[in-house]
Amino acid sequence: MMKRVLLVLLFFSLCVPTFSACHGSKGMNEFEMPEGFDESRQYEITFWAKNDTNQTQVNIYQNAIAEFQKLYPNITVTLKRYTDYGKIYNDVITNISTGTTPNVCITYPDHIATYLSGDNTVVALDELIADEEYGLGGATLKFDSPTKEEIIPQFLQECIVGESYYALPFMRSTEACYVNKTYVEALGYTLPEVLTWDFVWEVCEAALQKDENGLYAVNGQSVMIPMIYKSTDNMMIQVLKQSGAGYSNQDGEIQLFNDTTTEFLYDIAEHAGSGAFSTFKISSYPGNFFNAGQCIFAVDSTAGATWIGSDAPLQDISEDALVDFETEVMMIPQCDPENPQMISQGPSICIFNKEDPQEVMASWLFVQFMLTNEVQIAYSQTEGYVPVTSKAQQSEEYRDYLSRGGEDQDLYYDVKIKAAELLLSHTEDTFVTAVFNGSTSLRNAAGQLIENVAKSARRKETVDGAYFEQLYADVTALYRLDQNLTISAGKTELGELPTASVVLLSVLGGAWILIGAYAVYGRIKRQKKKM
Amino acid sequence: MKKIVTLMLTVALLAMALVGCAQDDPTKKSEGVMTYAEYVAAALDSKVVIEAYVQAKQSWWEKDGQGLATVYTQDADGAYFLYEMPCSKEDYDKLTVGTKIKVTGYKSEWSGEIEITDATFEILEGNYVVTAKDLTDKLGADDLIDYQNQFVSFKGMKVEASKDGDGNDVAFLYKWDGSGVDGDDLYFNVSVNGKTYTFTVESYLCDNTTDVYKAVKDLEIGDVIDMEGFLYWYNGVNPHITSVTVKD
Repeated sequence: MMKRVLLVLLFFSLCVPTFSACHGSKGMNEFEMPEGFDESRQYEITFWAKNDTNQTQVNIYQNAIAEFQKLYPNITVTLKRYTDYGKIYNDVITNISTGTTPNVCITYPDHIATYLSGDNTVVALDELIADEEYGLGGATLKFDSPTKEEIIPQFLQECIVGESYYALPFMRSTEACYVNKTYVEALGYTLPEVLTWDFVWEVCEAALQKDENGLYAVNGQSVMIPMIYKSTDNMMIQVLKQSGAGYSNQDGEIQLFNDTTTEFLYDIAEHAGSGAFSTFKISSYPGNFFNAGQCIFAVDSTAGATWIGSDAPLQDISEDALVDFETEVMMIPQCDPENPQMISQGPSICIFNKEDPQEVMASWLFVQFMLTNEVQIAYSQTEGYVPVTSKAQQSEEYRDYLSRGGEDQDLYYDVKIKAAELLLSHTEDTFVTAVFNGSTSLRNAAGQLIENVAKSARRKETVDGAYFEQLYADVTALYRLDQNLTISAGKTELGELPTASVVLLSVLGGAWILIGAYAVYGRIKRQKKKM
Repeated sequence: MKKIVTLMLTVALLAMALVGCAQDDPTKKSEGVMTYAEYVAAALDSKVVIEAYVQAKQSWWEKDGQGLATVYTQDADGAYFLYEMPCSKEDYDKLTVGTKIKVTGYKSEWSGEIEITDATFEILEGNYVVTAKDLTDKLGADDLIDYQNQFVSFKGMKVEASKDGDGNDVAFLYKWDGSGVDGDDLYFNVSVNGKTYTFTVESYLCDNTTDVYKAVKDLEIGDVIDMEGFLYWYNGVNPHITSVTVKD
């Protein structure tokens, strides 16, 4: 009887790993650089790209693919278009579990940190970058690829996750404060060289003055929101950086909830409560209010510059709502004008690992092609983006483009070119936040603090110490910031085992214990018989 | 006697059935609940309590572990757009067209669209389904905004050309400039009385598997169409269409 029970247990314990291995994705082997690229074979690769709602960007992707395929007719690139980073991220996560990731994907480093939770999901690019034949500026490439040194160092640095490069930068932007200079001067102020938060808040409050008809004196309208911020997560992150206060560190330590944060949120409460400040989530796109003369300081990405200004080529409001004024493109408000700080943002490109290293090589060639001058310059001109290579930035074609700002309201739209120049002249002042598995949640939490406080102030709720205590607890719980957040370059802290796994392992352990016990029992029994 | 009893029983059953099918009185409000007029008069960012009937569900998704529902509701006097209202999937499934709910939230405005945000709700007894109000003659009128978010219809409108990314005349666009793909919002132009308006098939409200999405993709420039939908607002009127019928 005992033997039968043990056999059943043994059989069960052997079956369990078999069944469990059928579920979920199989980890991939680490990519190994082949000796060369086999051009005798055909490759089909998928490229998941993000474009702003901008047909020109779509055309540039399509043209780039067509040109690349002329050089490498054995590689077919299929474009899948997205207009939302979040959607790409969600789709990638879904496809990691089914082993159907794209080959090449536009991404943010924060997202890569999550993708890396799977084994060897994303290809580490160090060896590919350095390869003399197929690497950046490699000898056998059929196009003029930039060398590693020709990629702007800050931008390349942003693609390091853990200890390896897991992406290449594609485009870069920052945030700009688009200012209605006409209204600032009408209020009796002169724009300083660098905006400070104190200056901005003072002008904002002054702009709330109303005339005898109950209209705002500065614009003669019934609507005026002097400052609207598009991305409140950036707002909080940049203020903390400018103040030298904590946000997070490379180890994933959360430093967001500090005195500087609270102090700034009190400012937010004051100015949201008075009606001087609002956000995209609460009111709408800053550019829409700005172009209608209903906002004086609109903070948005330089990559949205074509929507900003009364002469902007792209408009989201009716023509009769537009108001004529002078637009100034300035750095976001600073805490210390002598030491300005602004976020570096924009799309990067990563490569997903595949069983066939040659397929990965085909992807790598395409990724490099996206960094050639032709693609870089064309794409950067669609918005206030800047090319990520010095090779493109210093090219005659690009310099000529910059010099022609204001020639028309289209390709040479001055607000767009000034936005690009803002980043070009302040690249040294840009920064990025640490990337780790969970850094996306922390970023969301940073923005949520501002959104909640702004809403509470508008709703005349009391914002005090008790309020912040509750807010910090709520946001910590909502974004699970009290759980371990770690850097995950290939390996990750997986936390506690799921219950099912614990049960399976217990059964296995129990079976082996019983087998061991039976063996000992048998030996003792035999020894007794001998005696 | 038997016949009388049978007759009375039949009448009673019929009466019960009629009561069961009857629509609720959408003008009646529970204590502490605002009338539509009071809701309209309430200041932005103030707390509002309303009772209304679900007319369409736009979307449900989970964000940071919280289910969020966006719903069109209406009573006898006007409409209420509930934006990202915390709601479990189980409760969302209960919000069928006509379901009566009591909602407590904050009156908000986003790009001209008046909505209730950060809301809580409870399902009540009662059912009311509106019929679409014909607003064709109201297009371009100042008081069109009074019908914001209501279920409405537009009749005899002509499909006008839109320009795609390559400058071609087309009957509709994926996204406002044609940069989108199948599954994205559809934009199309329609005219009446010499004026052209942009209407939308909002992909969360009606995705690419719905009849209206397919119907708009089949439109041709010059078609004359009748439409029903919700009078959404985005920097001006931007109807979100739920049905399209091409007229002969």
